[in-house]
Amino acid sequence: MVTIDTEHPPSNARQVGALKPDLLITGEHHLCPGCGEPLALRCLLDTITELELTAQTIGVMGIGCYTAFSMTLDVDLVQALHGRAPSVATGVKRMRPDATVFTLQGDGDMVNEGLQEVLHTAARGEAVTCVLLNNGVFGETGGHMTATTVLGQRTKNTLEGRDAAYHGYPILIGDLLARLEGATYVARGSVHNAGAVARTKKMVRRALECQERREGFSFVEILTMCPTGWFIPTGEGPGYLHDTLGEVHVMGELKVDGRIRTTEELHAENVARQRDVEARLAAGGLDD
Amino acid sequence: MSTITSRGTITIDVEACKGCELCITACPPQVLSMGTALNQAGFHSPLLHPGCTGCAACLFVCPDFCFEVFRFEQPMATAVPA
Ligand code: SF4
Ligand code: SF4
Ligand code: SF4
Repeated sequence: MVTIDTEHPPSNARQVGALKPDLLITGEHHLCPGCGEPLALRCLLDTITELELTAQTIGVMGIGCYTAFSMTLDVDLVQALHGRAPSVATGVKRMRPDATVFTLQGDGDMVNEGLQEVLHTAARGEAVTCVLLNNGVFGETGGHMTATTVLGQRTKNTLEGRDAAYHGYPILIGDLLARLEGATYVARGSVHNAGAVARTKKMVRRALECQERREGFSFVEILTMCPTGWFIPTGEGPGYLHDTLGEVHVMGELKVDGRIRTTEELHAENVARQRDVEARLAAGGLDD
Repeated sequence: MSTITSRGTITIDVEACKGCELCITACPPQVLSMGTALNQAGFHSPLLHPGCTGCAACLFVCPDFCFEVFRFEQPMATAVPA
C-alpha cells in the first residue's frame, strides 16, 4: 500500500491544526493510551486561547489523572484539595472579579468527594465555569465505582456491574445542577469522536462567554474515555463510552440562558447533529 | 496505475504516539492504518495513505497530540497500483 511522508510538513499547504494546544508547554504527558482527558483539556485550552482570555484566566485544579497537567499548563493555577475546587474558585473570583475562573475536576473529585461544593457554588450563582471530566470511575486510583457509574457498569468494586439495590443509583450531576436557579448554562459533551469533540468545544466556549457576561454559574460536563479503569482495549473506549455512560448521561445543552431542556429535546437534537457531523466530515472538515 | 487525490495531509509525531488507535477509526476516508514499526517507547504508530481530506478528525481524537493537519491549495494526485 502506498504510504505518504508524514515526517515533514508539506510546502504547498496551509496548516489547519497544530500538534498541541498553545497553553501546554509540552504535549508530552504520562496519561494512559486512549485516555479522553487530554482531549477534553484541549477543548478547554484552545477555547481560552481563541477567546483571548489567557492573561486573565485562573484555573483551579481538582485531584485526578488530569492534575498531572498542572506541571505543563501555561495558565495561572491554584491546586485545591479533593472536591473543593468550586469553593476555591468562588474565593478567587470574589477577590479577582475580572479574572476568568475555571475549575477542572473528575467525577470522583466533584461528585463523590466534594458534591456539596459544586452544588452550593451553582446555587449561589457564582460567575465561574466548572468543568467536569466524567468517566464513571476513580481512574487515578485503579478504576473503582464513583457516584456517576451507570447501572450495569463493571468496575473494580462492582464486578458484576453496578446494582441499584446494593450500590444505589448514579447521580446525573449535570441534570441536578441544571435545576438550580443560580446555574445559567449547563451542558454535557463528550470526546468519543471528532464530532463530539468539536461540539464540546462549542459548549466550553458558551460557558466561558456566559461567565464573561457575568450571567451566573456555568458548567460543562465532558464524558471521557478511561480504557485503563474500564479494563477494555483502547480502541473500544469510544464505543463503550457511547453505549454505557452516554446512554444515561445524555449529551447536549441541558440549560441555556436559564431554560432547562428536556431529555426528548436532547435526543432529537443528538440524532440531527450526528447526521450533520457525518455529512460535514465526509465533505472534508469540521470547521465552520 | 490509477490516481487518488488528497485534499490535505498530516504530520505524525511518531515518538509521542502511544498506539491507542483512536485515530484509525476516527478518520472518515479511512486513510490511516497502524504500522508495524515500534517507537522508542515500544508503541506502534499510524501510517498515512493517499486520500486525506485535511478534515482534522485525527487531531481532534488524538490524546497524545501527535498530529499537524494541512490543506493543499491544489489537491495532490498520488499514483497507486490499480
Ligand atoms: S486511569 Fe483512566 S483517566 Fe487516568 S490516565 Fe488512565 S485512562 Fe486516563
Ligand atoms: S485529516 Fe482527516 S482524512 Fe486526513 S488523516 Fe486525519 S482524519 Fe484522516
Ligand atoms: S490517536 Fe494519537 S496516540 Fe493514538 S494511535 Fe493515533 S497517533 Fe497514536
